[in-house]
Amino acid sequence: MNKDEYKKLVDGLTPKENKSKNAIIAFLVGGLVGLLAELIAVLIMKWFGISRIEAYQWTCLIVILLACAFTAIGFFDNWVTKAKAGLILPTTGFAHSVMSAALDYKRDGFITGIGANVFKLAGSVILYGIISAFFFAIIGVVIYG
Amino acid sequence: MASFKFNNVYIKDDFTVAGPLEKEGQIRKFDLSMDDYYYGEKTFIDAEIKMQRTVIDNLLYRNKNVKKIDFIIGGDLSNQITITNFAVKNFSIPFLGVYSACASFVEGMLIASQFIESGASKNILCITSSHNLNAERQFRFPIEYGAPKAKTTTFTATGAVGTIITNEVSSMRVESGTFGTIQDYNQKDAAHMGAVMTPAAVSVLMDHLQDLKRNVDYYDLILTGDLGSIGTDILKEFLKINYGVKLKNHIDAGCEIFLPSQDVYSGSSGPVTLPLVLFNKILKNKKYKKILLIATGSLHSKDTTNQKKTIPSIAHAVSLEVLS
Repeated sequence: MNKDEYKKLVDGLTPKENKSKNAIIAFLVGGLVGLLAELIAVLIMKWFGISRIEAYQWTCLIVILLACAFTAIGFFDNWVTKAKAGLILPTTGFAHSVMSAALDYKRDGFITGIGANVFKLAGSVILYGIISAFFFAIIGVVIYG
Repeated sequence: MASFKFNNVYIKDDFTVAGPLEKEGQIRKFDLSMDDYYYGEKTFIDAEIKMQRTVIDNLLYRNKNVKKIDFIIGGDLSNQITITNFAVKNFSIPFLGVYSACASFVEGMLIASQFIESGASKNILCITSSHNLNAERQFRFPIEYGAPKAKTTTFTATGAVGTIITNEVSSMRVESGTFGTIQDYNQKDAAHMGAVMTPAAVSVLMDHLQDLKRNVDYYDLILTGDLGSIGTDILKEFLKINYGVKLKNHIDAGCEIFLPSQDVYSGSSGPVTLPLVLFNKILKNKKYKKILLIATGSLHSKDTTNQKKTIPSIAHAVSLEVLS
């Protein structure tokens, strides 16, 4: 059996991932996170009488804090596994990835451990987020002046 | 030819420390089991070192009449097999570290058997361990990340197993063995170890049978290491298509530790999987007389998979005979 034939054999016997089901779960959970965040924003606006923009900033911080706290307490990874991409794509995912890496390397020292590894997973998001923001800003300026 | 026959090699004793999830699976009785992944230590690395130390301590204690353990052969999954190095360092027993990923234990047994057969050594202790969270951290994502996994993924078992190979006659004989060759069938998915390792298992099985002029039915049981449920399907199909061999007397250790309800995807993996099932289930059942162990190992690192290199694999085979 050559390598191509082996690949065919493996592909034939490998169960397919249920992508549409995963996508629906991610859509619903991600949407739920958005809905909760919106609720927090509305409540903050009401209680503290601040503008919508300011309320969103506070909401973002609260969601990050919650995700980090849940990760540190230790049950958020189970939620992430079950929610597929639903909790990874919102800000919760970013906070969770940073927090889980930090927890992993806390024994390796502040510099060589946490400092060097905290953005292990989130580093790509930051780097390519900044690069794409730069290009989108240029496009924005060219089109809208 | 890398097959060897042994006339004078026996297995004297074995000891197991099993992880918290393992003891709630299919095999409930172990020598010792852990209540949590820390095992009373501060880090998972220390926990795994303690697991191996506990195994060696208990084996030495239970076999006080053995005058001298000539040396220890062992290996684990951690980088530079540090776990085993640290576990063995306080025993003042000469040490030989081996690495074939999940085939390390059987590789160790085979080397030990050769030393004993030649008369160079009398008692050799073989040890291996794996720890789910140490493996997760080294090969996959941070422990607390909980990334969703594919159905083909295998779950690294937690446990440590040790055994003493000796020239003293006992009820279990190491009869023969074969060192495998590295196989590379262009597989690149580290989340599909069954597909990566099956060719190595097939290769060493066929080499073994050919060298010793045996038929696959010669064995009451062929126990593969950690191919998992999907890997088992691939193995059977591969043998049928390529060699016309129908594998009836086969069990994969990866499917024998956890229950389906434990959500371990395709099954268990790790170097401890095969000895855990062998010593705590297969040999306790006393159902099989002639057993062929085929442990399979996937020879990749995180760097090689990130760089999209193919994953080579290796397997080693050892044949056991239960005498009484």
